[in-house]
Amino acid sequence: MSDVRYEPVIGLEIHVQLSTRTKMFCACPLSFGEPPNTRTCPVCLGLPGTLPVANAEAIHHGLMIGLALGSQLAARSIFHRKNYFYPDLPKGYQISQYDEPLCSGGRLGEVRIHRVHLEEDAAKLTHVGASGRIHGSDASIVDFNRGGTPLAEIVTEPDLRSPEQASEWLRLLRTTLRRLGVSDVNMEEGSLRCDANISIRPTGSDELGTKTELKNMNSFRFIERGIRAEIARQEQLLRAGEPVVQETLHFDPRTEAITSLRSKEEAHDYRYFPEPDLPPVTITEAMLERARAGLPELPLEREQRLASELGLNAESARLLSWRSELGDYFEAALAAGGGVESQPLANWLGELTTRAGGEDPAATGVEPAQLAALAALVSSGAVTQGAARQVLDRMVAAGGGDPAAIVEAEGLGAVGGADELAPIVRAALEANPDVAEKLRDGDMKPIGVIIGHVMRETRGRADGKEVTAIVRAELGLGG
Amino acid sequence: MIDRDDVLHVARLARLRLSDAEADRMTGELAKILEHVERIGELDLDGVPPTAHVVAVEHELRPDVPGPCLSREAALAQAPATQDGGFLVPSPQAG
Amino acid sequence: MTAILDLTAAQAAAAIERGDLDPGELFGIYRERAAADELGAWTWVADAAPVAFDVGAPLRGVPLAVKDLFCTEGVPSQAGSRILEGYRPPYTATCVERLQTAGATLLGKTNQDEFAMGSSNENSGFGPVLNPWDRSRVPGGSSGGSAAAVAAGSAPWALGTDTGGSIRQPAALCGIVGLKPTYGTVSRFGMIAFACSLDQAGPLTRDVTDAALLYRHMAGADARDATAVGHPDEIGLPSAERLDGVRLGVPVELAGGEGIEPGVLAAFERSLALARELGATVEEVSLPTADRALSAYYVIAPAECSSNLARFDGVRYGLRVEADDLLTMYTETRHDGFGDEVKRRILIGTYALSSGYYDAYYGRAQRVRTLIARELAAVFERVDAIVTPTSPGVAFELGSKSADPLAMYLNDFFTVPMSLAGVPAISIPCGLADGLPVGLQVAGAAFSENRLLDIAYALEQGLGFDGSPARGGATP
Repeated sequence: MSDVRYEPVIGLEIHVQLSTRTKMFCACPLSFGEPPNTRTCPVCLGLPGTLPVANAEAIHHGLMIGLALGSQLAARSIFHRKNYFYPDLPKGYQISQYDEPLCSGGRLGEVRIHRVHLEEDAAKLTHVGASGRIHGSDASIVDFNRGGTPLAEIVTEPDLRSPEQASEWLRLLRTTLRRLGVSDVNMEEGSLRCDANISIRPTGSDELGTKTELKNMNSFRFIERGIRAEIARQEQLLRAGEPVVQETLHFDPRTEAITSLRSKEEAHDYRYFPEPDLPPVTITEAMLERARAGLPELPLEREQRLASELGLNAESARLLSWRSELGDYFEAALAAGGGVESQPLANWLGELTTRAGGEDPAATGVEPAQLAALAALVSSGAVTQGAARQVLDRMVAAGGGDPAAIVEAEGLGAVGGADELAPIVRAALEANPDVAEKLRDGDMKPIGVIIGHVMRETRGRADGKEVTAIVRAELGLGG
Repeated sequence: MIDRDDVLHVARLARLRLSDAEADRMTGELAKILEHVERIGELDLDGVPPTAHVVAVEHELRPDVPGPCLSREAALAQAPATQDGGFLVPSPQAG
Repeated sequence: MTAILDLTAAQAAAAIERGDLDPGELFGIYRERAAADELGAWTWVADAAPVAFDVGAPLRGVPLAVKDLFCTEGVPSQAGSRILEGYRPPYTATCVERLQTAGATLLGKTNQDEFAMGSSNENSGFGPVLNPWDRSRVPGGSSGGSAAAVAAGSAPWALGTDTGGSIRQPAALCGIVGLKPTYGTVSRFGMIAFACSLDQAGPLTRDVTDAALLYRHMAGADARDATAVGHPDEIGLPSAERLDGVRLGVPVELAGGEGIEPGVLAAFERSLALARELGATVEEVSLPTADRALSAYYVIAPAECSSNLARFDGVRYGLRVEADDLLTMYTETRHDGFGDEVKRRILIGTYALSSGYYDAYYGRAQRVRTLIARELAAVFERVDAIVTPTSPGVAFELGSKSADPLAMYLNDFFTVPMSLAGVPAISIPCGLADGLPVGLQVAGAAFSENRLLDIAYALEQGLGFDGSPARGGATP
């Protein structure tokens, strides 16, 4: 049995805090790090006698998500109560959706969507006491500022097959949601939270293994590492002939340890029933119309357009679409004119992004039009690739700048033509008689030495191909 | 028929301690009440939809307009225990 | 002073409007009587009269008793429960706010069965309420404090809530008028919930006119209650003296006589005779599922309450029994804070919703609810109103049913079907049996309050019930 190969089967449950102005069921403004318990009212504190009223904008955001994911939208949407006790849950139940979610089915890229439903977020529980961690501490403090924030829970089908694919797909989802403008989708700040349902099965099998649920991973890196660690744990169990137990798990990114979250005593029975305080929400044609009208171009649509209309290669099209800040920068640069070609511009944006440490290139201060101008200088032959990289370095260092002026000031314009280059080539051959000898004998391998010499002399402003041609002419070799 | 273990199970779900005497008494009382309640089992309910909201009303959604919050003092005023501007509770995982 | 006490709330308001009565004097008289109350009807009484009375508003400053479970800012609002002892909310219930805007003055809060669960007011965490007609007997419940206060003349009128009969039954047992309005016409915001899909606020008053007047100012849609739609019509003050052309239905299933005390049946039949004299026709109607209403009710109401009462967890307000760990804090707090009846219903409700039992209990009960609502709607196509006794018996002796929860539940036999269907029903006193008041229930189609009030008014005039023995008996 030990040679059995296993295949992971992964589904994600993503909680997205919606960027409405007020909470899901009360008029409290959403909280952004205010002092504890200053963004509450009788409703979101669960005071006796209070009642929820659903936020129209949260429903609108939910409909936009459903449309973007190609889901079936409910004609009427019903809220349920999910009953359980926890200090971060003020009413002793969470208002959520159960058998009639707002959106059912759908697809994003290669992953099918199971459902999208709306619910309210829990409050924030801070553990205090001896260790400051959950286990072994004496007490906790509850801050209800976050309690009641509108959440969309997006549940995928188990269509993902690797940790890398999971985090890649999650990036696509994040960009899609960001384009929709329905959420800040910031994992570090908790506005995007992800749980993963993970099982493994012998490769080629159609049956699903027992799944575990890995909770609340708060960065893309942790998601990949967490899923990888859980897959390894399950493989180890199965290879040892032990069963995988269905349970909820926590991944500690510092130690890579996976621990069970629920105590044994806790058999969950949420006793869902229709929320009597909230009549069904009828989704009207006007609501649908407004949601449709609000839909922007989505990442997968953009990827398609960048590839087919602008002729970008697949890698660039995907990168610029899945990271909208790159795509937006790119399209702004393209629009700045100067007749720059798409693919070289995309490549130069890649250079700039690298210099931005992989983050948003706009943060460098280099404006899209300036990058476009640089790309145009290269395309026209006025600046070589090598010199242009130096120009870009200077632009980034200065927080932006006109590339033509930098070329002018630094003397980084291309050196070209036999008149200019031939004397430099001759000097190089004279300085390297051994190399010149070999070249004359038709051994072209050491020509790099000559080119390197010329580049040093011209500070990279010469074109390598032209230098080669001049070397051959100088030595009387055939073109 | 509901038995003592069922009663203790739902008491746990409801976070309600029952003394032994209470559990005994409640088991008897609940059994009697449920026996009466189970008369609804005799009805033919095929094709009858459930009623969750008796008056058919449209949910009048709330416009997304912020309203006033309670002051922190007011929010915490009735709390049995507070610390650092929050509600203090025994840790969920302790003990 | 006796003359002032004899005024109904509407009459008192009219006297204030004419300048014949000083609202401060009126308030003072009632405040004193409420403070001196020996029936256990009050849980809090205002210390002093307010600085000013809004005599320009329609209710002219007439004092109002409010059932404990209505949240009133800064005033104890405990829903009759030890778990909320001393709780003072930071906001006021919409319906109380509306009445205050209309000129009502808060006189005090009245005792009730804990979280409105009970039919005798013996389930209050703050002691029982005694019936002003006979202090060895219960006033009914759960709005027992409100009913007793009005009957004993320590309040001109009162607010109550009705989930399965909690306004109508105590009104009947105390010889006053109680209206349970159509579900959704009065906002529930600020009413500490028992069962959300059934709870409805309504007036307990000395006569039908007062009930109409108070209800007129309670009804209204509320942006804070998604289930509150208000009333499509302006509530008028009733004036009908005859019932010509009015068709009344007596449900055969409910009037079977089983369990009905003979004195109650006799008073009921006298009322039917009077209705005919006034021109009404009385016919039998059939509500085949109505006798299962109680069974469905005792699933739905406990199920909702088990969830509604989960918020009483010792974290944000109310009682907490300190413990080192959270689970013990929860279970001990709820053990000590809730009374027996509340615990029973939480357990039944939790059971009915729990995995494996939902379909057999909650799911079925909701379907039975559909049948009952359909049957009532069909009957109201044929008749203007259904009439039944409000309660199978008169006020019973304290302690006589507390050992048998099921016997207690049977008090709601006549009132529960209307609650499940959400339709309005009013109870008016229709005579005495063994010297104790008997109530007549008149129920109509949803939103038919104006017609119900007219029918009840005509019967009231014809019956000429004298509620004063009770007040006389309770005068300190």
